[in-house]
Amino acid sequence: MAEAAAVVAESLAGGRARAARTVLDQVVLPGEELLLPEQEDADGPGGAGERPLRLNAGARARVRVVCGPGLRRCGDRLLVTKCGRLRHKEPGGGSGGGVYWVDSQQKRYVPVKGDHVIGIVTAKSGDIFKVDVGGSEPASLSYLAFEGATKRNRPNVQVGDLIYGQFVVANKDMEPEMVCIDSCGRANGMGVIGQDGLLFKVTLGLIRKLLAPDCEILQEVGKLYPLEIVFGMNGRIWVKAKTIQQTLILANILEACEHMTADQRKQIFSRLAES
Amino acid sequence: MKETPLSNCERRFLLRAIEEKKRLDGRQTYDYRNIKISFGTDYGCCVVELGKTRVLGQVSCELVSPKLNRATEGILFFNLELSQMAAPAFEPGRQSDLLVKLNRLLERCLRNSKCIDTESLCVVAGEKVWQIRVDLHLLNHDGNIIDAASIAAVVALCHFRRPDVSVQGDEVTLYTPEERDPVPLSIHHMPICVSFAFFQQGTYLLVDPNEREERVMDGLLVLAMNKHREICTIQSSGGIMLLKEQVLRCSKIAGVKVAEITELIQKALENDQKVRKEGGKFGFAESIANQRITAFKMEKAPIDTSDVEEKAEEIIAEAEPPSEVVSKPVLWTPGTAQIGEGIENSWGDLEDSEKEDEDEGGSDEAIILDSITMDTGVEVSNIGSQDAPIVLSDSEEEEMIILEPDKNPKKIRTKTISAKQEKAPSKKPVKKRKKKRPAN
Repeated sequence: MAEAAAVVAESLAGGRARAARTVLDQVVLPGEELLLPEQEDADGPGGAGERPLRLNAGARARVRVVCGPGLRRCGDRLLVTKCGRLRHKEPGGGSGGGVYWVDSQQKRYVPVKGDHVIGIVTAKSGDIFKVDVGGSEPASLSYLAFEGATKRNRPNVQVGDLIYGQFVVANKDMEPEMVCIDSCGRANGMGVIGQDGLLFKVTLGLIRKLLAPDCEILQEVGKLYPLEIVFGMNGRIWVKAKTIQQTLILANILEACEHMTADQRKQIFSRLAES
Repeated sequence: MKETPLSNCERRFLLRAIEEKKRLDGRQTYDYRNIKISFGTDYGCCVVELGKTRVLGQVSCELVSPKLNRATEGILFFNLELSQMAAPAFEPGRQSDLLVKLNRLLERCLRNSKCIDTESLCVVAGEKVWQIRVDLHLLNHDGNIIDAASIAAVVALCHFRRPDVSVQGDEVTLYTPEERDPVPLSIHHMPICVSFAFFQQGTYLLVDPNEREERVMDGLLVLAMNKHREICTIQSSGGIMLLKEQVLRCSKIAGVKVAEITELIQKALENDQKVRKEGGKFGFAESIANQRITAFKMEKAPIDTSDVEEKAEEIIAEAEPPSEVVSKPVLWTPGTAQIGEGIENSWGDLEDSEKEDEDEGGSDEAIILDSITMDTGVEVSNIGSQDAPIVLSDSEEEEMIILEPDKNPKKIRTKTISAKQEKAPSKKPVKKRKKKRPAN
């Protein structure tokens, strides 16, 4: 924590934009300004000093930089909008650029295009369903956006059902829109989730961790009991095991994982495996 | 914002779990969630946590003129607020049905049961009485607000101290806490609400329902009771028919629960009193448990510290012993003594040796790395056909060679060990050189 405090003090005292590359994996605060690698080069080591005129300024190789959650582009500037640790992922080619984002801790979901989420149908009106996804506004879901759905062949969706779907429209100014098919028209696992099982909520950070490719927790959980599980990026998890008891255990373990150390987790898993 | 709807699947699962006598958080049918009571720095301020439900209680007082028909009684005022912070579904500035119901229940539980001696709040009959105001704020909503709120109200009232007053003739003097210790309210008994949720038309019963259980319940019975098993209020809502036996059983359970909670409250109050008396730290900041997000935290790499102790002893043995300190007290006059004046200060020496002790961990590591880099160093030097012969050994002289500026291995070394070496202070080599010179 001392490290974080030092970083904060530095950033507040300096008041100057820091190079994104130097603050990787460090704590950034909302309102802070970051410099991308190419800006860094252009600005020289002095940061936002006088910029020398360049004849071939436009001819520089363009690198594609993606601003993930927690960062916002404001003209030429890159602003931090969330408190958390700055992360970076190199692109496939590995020549600069890549994705920058801020890993923060929050519970409120903000729809993002392409996210897979679990929603609850709250209303049926005409040919669209209203789906609660935990955002500020319910998402809309067309009845045609299911696999094999036609005007005659309507999907069987009731109010209160769980839907696993994907966002196709998610803007700050518009109502988000979901679909339950991929671009080829296949369900691909999406659609209405069965009537049994338990839905519970966790923080968004935990969901991201659980969905990470190298997640140990999921493998450990999978060894315990046979289970069906669905993760929604909106912090909702649906889980179903053979019995109610097992489902409850799984739900409680996943919830508790966030505040356990690896050793504690292993202990609990081994204890459960014995019983 | 709208409330998150409850899905059919959750509802079905909850009901099935209740039929199997299981609850989401692993509790038994008659179990309460964990109750935690913490106090603020001021008197009359507390936070009660019932699982994840949190209620802040704050008591304040004011001298006002009494009601006309009750000239000798103080005034009690209760106000519960459901802020949006607790749950997004609560609308600010609007009296929802739930809020009205909860406020009414609280008033009945606390004021109508006469748990506070209102006559003792009278200062001058018909002119000045104390008005005690209890403000309760719901900070987080996870079901069973009424139980948490009633505990918070009782705890805050028990914890509260009002300023002392004295009446001389017509003159009323109000003393500040510095002049006279504030006085606690006189409390006759502590009524505490216990909620029972009924499912399947009263077939199943749960104590202390959480938010999701509250959503699927058919009916609710709230029983307010004190530890003498006197029922202060009873309220049934939800429109279910309860049998006489059910209510009697509930009252029995409530008696047990109230006794437990009262004991907990008294213990919390005693603890706070003790801490305040001893001048320890108190207040909310002290009582917040810090939770760390540990999922996927990197584990620390193990470091070989097998020969650390020998190294440390070696360094201590090599260091100059601190000069003798004479710490005999000098008695000037009876009652006045002095220690250490005029004697050579030995602080610096002590610090030196301490620093070396601290260094040993880092230097040890550096040494291990040295031997590794030495290998590469040898290889390179062989290729480069350097004339400087390098002997591979673990002796101190060997390390000294590495530190010398012009030798070839040094370059490799600075490359391979970057941060460690920079951090390691130059003190140690200097010391060693000193040591060596007499040896040579």
